Amino acid sequence: MNPPRTATAKKVDIQAARAPRGESEELISGSEAVSHAVKLADVDVITAYPIRPYDTVMQYVSQMIADGEFDCEYIVAESEHSQFEIVKHASAVGARVFCGSSGVGWLYAFEALAVTAGLRLPMVAMVGNRALDDPGAFGVEHNDALSVRDLGWMLAWVATAQEALDTALIAYRVAEDSRVFLPCAISCDGAFLTHSQSIVKVPSQEMVDNFLPPYDRGDKQLHPDNPVTIAPQANEDWVMEIRRQSDMAARRAREVIIEAYDDFNDKFGRGGEPFIERYMMEDAEVVLVGMGTLAMPVKVAVRKMRAEGKKVGFLRVRWFRPFPTLELQEALSGVHAVGVIDRDYSFGSSFHSGALANDLRSALYPLATRPKVVSFIAGLGGREVSTDNVIDITNSVFAAANGGDIDDQDTYWIGVRE
Amino acid sequence: MQDINIHALGDYLETQVLEPWKGIKKIAHDEYFTSGHRTCQGCESALVMRLMIKAAGPRTIVLGATGCMYVANTTYYSTPWVVPWMHTQLGSSGSAATGTAAALTALMRKGKMTKEPINVIAFCGDGGGADMGLSAISAALQHTQYNLLIFLYDNESYANTDIQVSGLSPYGANSTFSPPGKVHRIMHKRWKKNTAAMLAAGHPDCKYVATVSAGNAVDTINKVRRALTIGGPTFIHSLDPCPKGWDYDPKYSHELGELAVETGIWPLYEVEEGKLKMYGKSKHIAKRRVERKPVSEYLLRQGRFAHFTKEDIDYFQGKIDEMWDKWLLPGVIPFTGE
Repeated sequence: MNPPRTATAKKVDIQAARAPRGESEELISGSEAVSHAVKLADVDVITAYPIRPYDTVMQYVSQMIADGEFDCEYIVAESEHSQFEIVKHASAVGARVFCGSSGVGWLYAFEALAVTAGLRLPMVAMVGNRALDDPGAFGVEHNDALSVRDLGWMLAWVATAQEALDTALIAYRVAEDSRVFLPCAISCDGAFLTHSQSIVKVPSQEMVDNFLPPYDRGDKQLHPDNPVTIAPQANEDWVMEIRRQSDMAARRAREVIIEAYDDFNDKFGRGGEPFIERYMMEDAEVVLVGMGTLAMPVKVAVRKMRAEGKKVGFLRVRWFRPFPTLELQEALSGVHAVGVIDRDYSFGSSFHSGALANDLRSALYPLATRPKVVSFIAGLGGREVSTDNVIDITNSVFAAANGGDIDDQDTYWIGVRE
Repeated sequence: MQDINIHALGDYLETQVLEPWKGIKKIAHDEYFTSGHRTCQGCESALVMRLMIKAAGPRTIVLGATGCMYVANTTYYSTPWVVPWMHTQLGSSGSAATGTAAALTALMRKGKMTKEPINVIAFCGDGGGADMGLSAISAALQHTQYNLLIFLYDNESYANTDIQVSGLSPYGANSTFSPPGKVHRIMHKRWKKNTAAMLAAGHPDCKYVATVSAGNAVDTINKVRRALTIGGPTFIHSLDPCPKGWDYDPKYSHELGELAVETGIWPLYEVEEGKLKMYGKSKHIAKRRVERKPVSEYLLRQGRFAHFTKEDIDYFQGKIDEMWDKWLLPGVIPFTGE
């Protein structure tokens, strides 16, 4: 196997990117942006089941179907478990599928989520990230989608409606690539992204057709012309080999994602760097790391602090699975300290950190010189993370970098009433 | 290979026309459930699988929920299925059938797959079907735009996991989760769910629901063929004697299936487009042309009822008498009129 290469942003021809390309500009929410991607991808089977906040995407999808703008089989299931099982089986027959959920709805489907990845069935799902019950809360937390992080699901976190649309198209291409054949979930922060509107460039059908090939299951398609037996009882004779195949697919996904972003950047004039976004990272001594719409207050805070001469940058993790180990090593090896802001928790884990901090620490461990990593938990249950919060966090990380009284073997909860 | 006629039901909703086979000699010789399974000696469910797919023919996709007919049938490298087959989760027979049928519908309508009627059958055991999978089956039966058959093979316990009681286990049966003990003789006090009638009555748009017993092989086959021909979502419930779970000599599987019918415990009927038709001996029982055999003849042949006292047998007999003497539709619908 060739060593995996590090992804970098392709140079984009700005003039070409600005030229009219048959795109329309629309003021839409993150959910509506995903619904456009689903229609443009000509999805064949969609299943819906209500739970806030992801369910807005199905409201847009069902309206498009009702208005005759979009032709697909659309099924309102009787539970999330059925919702995901139905599309899993549709995918096995060769249909392009879309599904989604939020919070405990995603967990109600957990068995189906596990077997979809285990069976190497491509699927694109939208997760409108939501706190898990109990207590009931509609707001964002990342634990729902993170729950499948070890199963073979590819997990992307997006920050804007535009990125949601673009990533959904990229996700179909990657998930359905026969080198990968794994499901992909696109996480959109509940409310902050699912429900807030921004101007989005919606590509033309022609552009999407030029980027996204049809889904072809080849000799794995379940059809009377190809009478295969799928998912027999394997036991200890074969389970290791089957898991290893999934592992290899998850490794190959990295290369396929890079290819897809290269091509997307070429054809759409945007898309950026796969895996991570770098914001004001040049000469940064302290870097904040986070996922999703956290980018908004963090970027504002970073701009403010840069204006005051503080050498701080932001690194947004766009793909949590496959985890951008190489990119993080390359981007963070020279900095003095890193502050990871998790919008999730992993109770009882090392240093009581969130999932992102734990994976990041483990990625940086082999480096000869590694930065201090300070871990923060913020914004749970949809609580706002303010620019002031981010500035406080940054000051702590600078303090850690300068040998101040900051414990990098503990986790700081931000804005919590004690 | 059989010729396939097509029954057009709408723009894209077509089924294969599978005429009934009149008599055992007319049954096709083709087998689509062959060697390679490792079910127990005397396993009625394995025979049921063979009849089911023989009836459906080669242009069929079969989905199998977790249970005996998954674990014992499809060991990696030795599948008995000649037709395409895929495992589905324990509670997912309804969802598996729906997803498969929806994919075929979408792909054919959109010109992504050659148009032809393909049978979709999802099977489940009593645990997967009538306990965990009931809600998904119910949902599947509401989606009238898809052609699919849910086939419940009912051996009255979670037989694959060492015989544990299910919602379809008969009252009082000894299982590893309901063993008779020194203080409690009867641990399983639930009465068996009236599954087929519940689904037929509860889903009036479902065009075909039937009960079968593999001792009546020709009838079993023809009911599968009818369900697949009539189209839309359909449901068949088969009572399958299980030597391991019921504790009897494997050679008596057919005989016990027959006794379940003759005692009135297992009525054979079909509900086609809302019309109830009793079948075979059940028809005679319903019309009181033959006497039901006492349930003790059935119960006492099985080790799972060996702990029954006269009181237990009388209770069981009383419930069966009620079913035929008091029910609104004897043996099928349990309400009593005013």
